[in-house]
Amino acid sequence: MPDALLDVQELEVAFKTPEGEVHAVNGVSFGLKEGESLGVVGESGCGKSVTMLSALRLIPSPPGRVVAGKANFMGNDLLEMSKEELRHIRGAQISMVFQDPMTSLNPVLTVGRQLIEPLMLHLGMTQDQARARAAQLLNMVGISYAKQRLGDFPHQFSGGMRQRVMIAMALSCSPQILIADEPTTALDVTIQAQIIDLVRQLRDELGMALIWITHDLGVVAGLAQRVLVMYGGLVIEEGTVNELFANPLHPYTLGLLGSLPRVDEKGHPRLVSIDGAPPVLFEKPNSCPFAPRCKYAIERCWKENPPLMDVSTAHRVACWNWESVRTEKARSYG
Amino acid sequence: MDDAHALVQVRDLVKHFPIRQGIIMQKQVGAVRAVDGISFDVYKGETLGLVGESGCGKSTTGRTVIQLFRPTAGSVAFDGVDLVNLKGNELRLLRRKMQMIFQDPYASLNPRMTAGEIVGEPLLIHRVVKDAEIEDRVANLLEMVGLNPSFADRYPHEFSGGQRQRIGVARALALQPSFIVCDEPISALDVSIQAQVVNLLEDLQKEFNLTYLFIAHDLSMVRHISNRIAVMYLGIIAELAGRDELYRKPLHPYTQALLSAVPIPDPVADAKRERIILNGDVPSPINPPTGCRFRTRCRFAEDICAEQQPEFREVKPAHLVACHFAEKFL
Repeated sequence: MPDALLDVQELEVAFKTPEGEVHAVNGVSFGLKEGESLGVVGESGCGKSVTMLSALRLIPSPPGRVVAGKANFMGNDLLEMSKEELRHIRGAQISMVFQDPMTSLNPVLTVGRQLIEPLMLHLGMTQDQARARAAQLLNMVGISYAKQRLGDFPHQFSGGMRQRVMIAMALSCSPQILIADEPTTALDVTIQAQIIDLVRQLRDELGMALIWITHDLGVVAGLAQRVLVMYGGLVIEEGTVNELFANPLHPYTLGLLGSLPRVDEKGHPRLVSIDGAPPVLFEKPNSCPFAPRCKYAIERCWKENPPLMDVSTAHRVACWNWESVRTEKARSYG
Repeated sequence: MDDAHALVQVRDLVKHFPIRQGIIMQKQVGAVRAVDGISFDVYKGETLGLVGESGCGKSTTGRTVIQLFRPTAGSVAFDGVDLVNLKGNELRLLRRKMQMIFQDPYASLNPRMTAGEIVGEPLLIHRVVKDAEIEDRVANLLEMVGLNPSFADRYPHEFSGGQRQRIGVARALALQPSFIVCDEPISALDVSIQAQVVNLLEDLQKEFNLTYLFIAHDLSMVRHISNRIAVMYLGIIAELAGRDELYRKPLHPYTQALLSAVPIPDPVADAKRERIILNGDVPSPINPPTGCRFRTRCRFAEDICAEQQPEFREVKPAHLVACHFAEKFL
């Protein structure tokens, strides 16, 4: 994708463990256009967080290692850059919000100090300018008495407020890309709704691109324009949000959607469960990683790993059987 | 609410946790009012869902009902027998009939015991079968929850999260209870595994005519599994109604906001919904607001809400609400 702001190509990441090398990401490619919202969905261990973290070189190394691939940000490969160059991009042009707001803020520094630091570092503001801007930012994310609260420590904020502080910090340098790694998983639903609402509003105001990593398909449906579904360290289905939810073709995506009860559910359908558990890959898969749990699996699935194939311009799927899945679905819906 | 088929009857249940100060001369300086006067019935063979956000007292309710916590006030009757004043052997005998499945399958199994020992321990303690028969019975239980009986010799760390939760279910079933409190049994599991465990719980309920008190914060899952649902907020029940009734026509402003906040995995339906975004956080249960506890975040709050605690009353048949203005939403 030449016009992409961020263009990740064939990324492979492995971790050394006492049991052997675990291949967490096995050739992931995707692009992110300016101002686009991308949802990345998958269960724990599917490689969704590791993909984003390693593109920003944030994985601990060792044990982690980027085996292959590129991550081009505005034409420069983040994986080849010097640490100094990278420092000017991370936190300034690409910033990140992490899952757990309790552990990602420094407990012994005031919130104000943590907000001011990137402003002085990246934007060269003076202490006073940065202080004023920090108060503005807190205000923007909906924290009242912003000026007074700059002197408070993280433990004096509730979980939802801490996540707002994290978002304020991530937005402080007006990044072009905001990467949010399960930012609402640790929060209650009403607080989750507040945060999603806030991010949506800020995204539209500031025009930044957004990558939202989550296991919750519901959150993605309301927030993303395009969705990647990951399994076994691979993107197994990709499409615009409407296309993917209306017309899922990978048996895993189908199973995932079927296993979710809906709050607007009618009647009492039995949940579709996917038997078995997600794999831990000790080598790069050379068959379809989902084959052991797949009810459509044919012999070819055990021999060759399917690449992403075009279903339409708005939809790609990595499954040898997608055409028969589609016919079967069409038949069962009459 | 007085129904002859009620298996569990909870009346004005209160559970406060004291806050003490001082090291030698300890004195109580306050209390966390985790559960503050709730009443409900659980009917035989049904699943009563108990939902609410963290800190609303739902888990405390579950534990107080089966007397893992002794209540500060109020009564709990199980099959007509008052549990609150029971002690020792009498209580132990009834405990066989009431079991619990815990949230975290990683923390609720003893890592030094094998799966077989864990599932067999209740049998050993309550001496309901002869020692020689325990092994057979354990194998039977493991099979019932979809685990290979030959796994009985393995330790918890050798199982995946979903399998561990199955062990927890088998342990709860060991004494053939009639009532099980499920405290967020699927929250710690991956989406595709959640469905496996929920289906298992539903199958077992049908097979053994079990009654569940199902505690969760996931409103979609609660809707799926429950017959009736109670919504808790800050130690009280805000609303209690049949599943479809509650989701179709929520009468309490908190329930309305809660339901509108649940994301739906369907972009078209999700875009069409009206969203009610609540302001602020849940207040502290140490010093809850006067009158109606939800008033600080409620869109409809008026003066009366600060003065009087709304009565938990039947607004429609089988639909109870604690809001002064519930009639307005009818």
